[in-house]
Amino acid sequence: MSEPKPIVRRPLMRWAPLLVVGVLGLLLAAGVWMSRNPNREALPSPLIGKTAPAFELPVLHEAGRLFGTRDLQGAPYLLNVWGSWCPACRDEHPVLTRFAETKRVRVVGFNWNDEHADALRWLEEFGNPYWIVVTDRDSKAVIDWGIYGAPETFLVDGKGVVRWKFVGPLTDKVIADELLPKLAEIERGQ
Amino acid sequence: MLPELGQIALILALLVAALQAILPLIGAQRGIPAWMAIARPAAFAQFALVALAFGVLTYGFVSQDFSIKYVAINSNSLLPMVYRYTAVWGSHEGSLLLWALILSIWTAAVARFSQRLPAEVIARVLGVMGAVAFGFLAFLIFTSNPFERLLPAVAEGRDLNPLLQDPGMIIHPPMLYLGYVGFSVPFAFAIAALLDGRIDARWLRWTRPWTNVAWAFLTLGIALGSWWAYYELGWGGWWFWDPVENASFMPWLAGAALLHSQAVTEKRGSFRGWTLLLAIATFSLSLLGTFLVRSGVLTSVHAFASDPARGLFILVFLGIVIGGSLVLYALRAPSDDSGAPFNVASRETLLLANNLLLSTACAMVLLGTLYPLLADALDLGKISVGPPYFALMFMVLMAPLILLLPFGPVTRWQREQVSKPLAMLLPWGVLALLVGVAAYFLTPQSSWKVLAGVLAAVWIVVGTLRFVWTRFAQAGRQFTAEMLGMTLAHFGIAIFLVGALLTEGLSQQREVAVAQGQSVELGRYAFRFDGAERYQGPNYVGDRGTVTVFHDDAPVTVLHPEKRAYTSGGQVMTEAAIDPGFSRDLYVAMGEPLGGNSWALRVHVKPFVRWIWGGALLMMLGGLVTATDRRFARTETRRVAAGEAMETTA
Repeated sequence: MSEPKPIVRRPLMRWAPLLVVGVLGLLLAAGVWMSRNPNREALPSPLIGKTAPAFELPVLHEAGRLFGTRDLQGAPYLLNVWGSWCPACRDEHPVLTRFAETKRVRVVGFNWNDEHADALRWLEEFGNPYWIVVTDRDSKAVIDWGIYGAPETFLVDGKGVVRWKFVGPLTDKVIADELLPKLAEIERGQ
Repeated sequence: MLPELGQIALILALLVAALQAILPLIGAQRGIPAWMAIARPAAFAQFALVALAFGVLTYGFVSQDFSIKYVAINSNSLLPMVYRYTAVWGSHEGSLLLWALILSIWTAAVARFSQRLPAEVIARVLGVMGAVAFGFLAFLIFTSNPFERLLPAVAEGRDLNPLLQDPGMIIHPPMLYLGYVGFSVPFAFAIAALLDGRIDARWLRWTRPWTNVAWAFLTLGIALGSWWAYYELGWGGWWFWDPVENASFMPWLAGAALLHSQAVTEKRGSFRGWTLLLAIATFSLSLLGTFLVRSGVLTSVHAFASDPARGLFILVFLGIVIGGSLVLYALRAPSDDSGAPFNVASRETLLLANNLLLSTACAMVLLGTLYPLLADALDLGKISVGPPYFALMFMVLMAPLILLLPFGPVTRWQREQVSKPLAMLLPWGVLALLVGVAAYFLTPQSSWKVLAGVLAAVWIVVGTLRFVWTRFAQAGRQFTAEMLGMTLAHFGIAIFLVGALLTEGLSQQREVAVAQGQSVELGRYAFRFDGAERYQGPNYVGDRGTVTVFHDDAPVTVLHPEKRAYTSGGQVMTEAAIDPGFSRDLYVAMGEPLGGNSWALRVHVKPFVRWIWGGALLMMLGGLVTATDRRFARTETRRVAAGEAMETTA
């Protein structure tokens, strides 16, 4: 610090690394911008546009009763996969409850891989937004539906065709931007 | 209560980091001793606080406190005890906390072992490290808080990703981070030197062991990741050119270049600006690696939930650190021609070639990793750059590097007659070629990869031995720890090449459906499937197969590959069974059940695959041994008489 610094020519080349990094930064910023859409990389479910796989499963609240896709035909329904073991389902719960209260469509709960008592307690504690809840303790229907986690949500129309699928917790934005337009499409009979 | 204590410790650590960054840096610039003196105690305090936070989170996992959201998501009451400790870094938030912890360890170590450095230097170095810590702690607290509560608590956690419930995963991330974060030391020294405007060979000598140790840990971390992928993913591969693997490989390549250029700058004074730039680049690539893995910008087998807020935060942080460093570099870097002059034929030139090849390789990996993102951004569709690109590029760039490698140590600094090293090594080159050709004809597949692997390995080993022999043949010349380290690391490259190329060239594999009692033939090996039975593990249900292996009809071993279905998430994991061997691995993995106790079975014979990791371990050892050289501990100036033949080696 004490000795005087010699005056050296500062070649422009010195700025080259910064330029390279700047370009790289722009690219990464574009990447971040694109990653706003969480489903960017997710392949659309192969089920979309196809008939929903049939299931017949026990009803959570009525021992002995079976309920399945056949009983749901005729009107659209939203199938929501959840479990009491799934913290993200807790995050999603108020959003789903608000949506279910609009009564636009039947919301079917698909309780996956859960203990019967835990599932009932969970619904009692936080409220039950579902029209009906079926249970798939042994993952029978899960594979047919291509479910690989909870929460996942499917929109099925009155003819039993899967029209939309969402992986991860629903948000108000997803419902407004994706679910409601799809539902309107179904209601218009498209 | 306890999680809040962790939270408070983190916030205090953030404040201490701010203090550690601002006061010593200003103090060094203005010459205020009291401000500079803050650096050391702040470094120790930061370490204590981050360690406390880490301890609290660990305790949350061990005591299964599912009121902590991170614990609830990443563990489960059935999780075995050892994985409760390692689950701490099983996901995003905890990984970052581990990153911060390791940074504070390195910072404290620098503070502890820097007694002989001038006060301004150490104030600047610790200040820069404090600034980096500040960025990471802010990222942790504002976007990825590991202590977030889940109230009321859930009864059961979601469980740790089964892929991570594995001994290899226990130490892979810490080793990797020790490497990544270790490069913050040469980085901080580079920034300190730029701020000061002088690059003193003494300080540079002081940073060299740190670079070596960081690089050694990174080598070990990458090797562990590769080993883990080999036995846990069940594909029998050891490197996939996955974006996350590339993210760790780029700083490794840049770090390898940095090791060599630091040696030149320290001994000859040449390449000053380049060494500074490489130090900045190596740490920047470590940060970039963290960004790529943690932002969700690139997807891979390691993909994590993407959160644009996190991505944006790291990107801005990256911009400040890298952009700021490079502006400083552009304004203040010394000119490269300031060192002792050297001829075209000299060790300097060879090390320059080493640096150019390693940096180019690093740039190519970066390009290949980011190209899919570029294509996506320009809407050219989803493209993935696969192993063919990387393999070709590596062949082209590494061949000259390997060819030149043995010349480095036997060529003199400054000027050398071209004929001397050539005459010294030519016979050994011929020997290597003969052994390579012999190997080519002796192996059944006659693959060019066998020829290339054996030729390159023998060339490196005998060429390096030639150097060792020169040192010992002449009386009075010492063999330093630095030379021993270099020799070991170069041997490591040879061993690695044998492993990588022979495995690629000679592996055999078959995937077939087998019923109980049926056999699969593979070369001279036969694998007999003796059935599978179901059993209950601690947190999974497993199918355990029994496979008896014969070599020329003589039984060799009995292997038990497994398929595990984890109770909590329903995920199915493959546990390959491996019979390790010096010259070959026998590898059996179970595929899908096909009904009636019949299974899809994947069997591999992988010659020399173990040498890949053996080579990496030798490289690591080389780095560590080099770091122990006593010369690095000296901080007094040594008079360097220009033009004299030097008694030093890279």
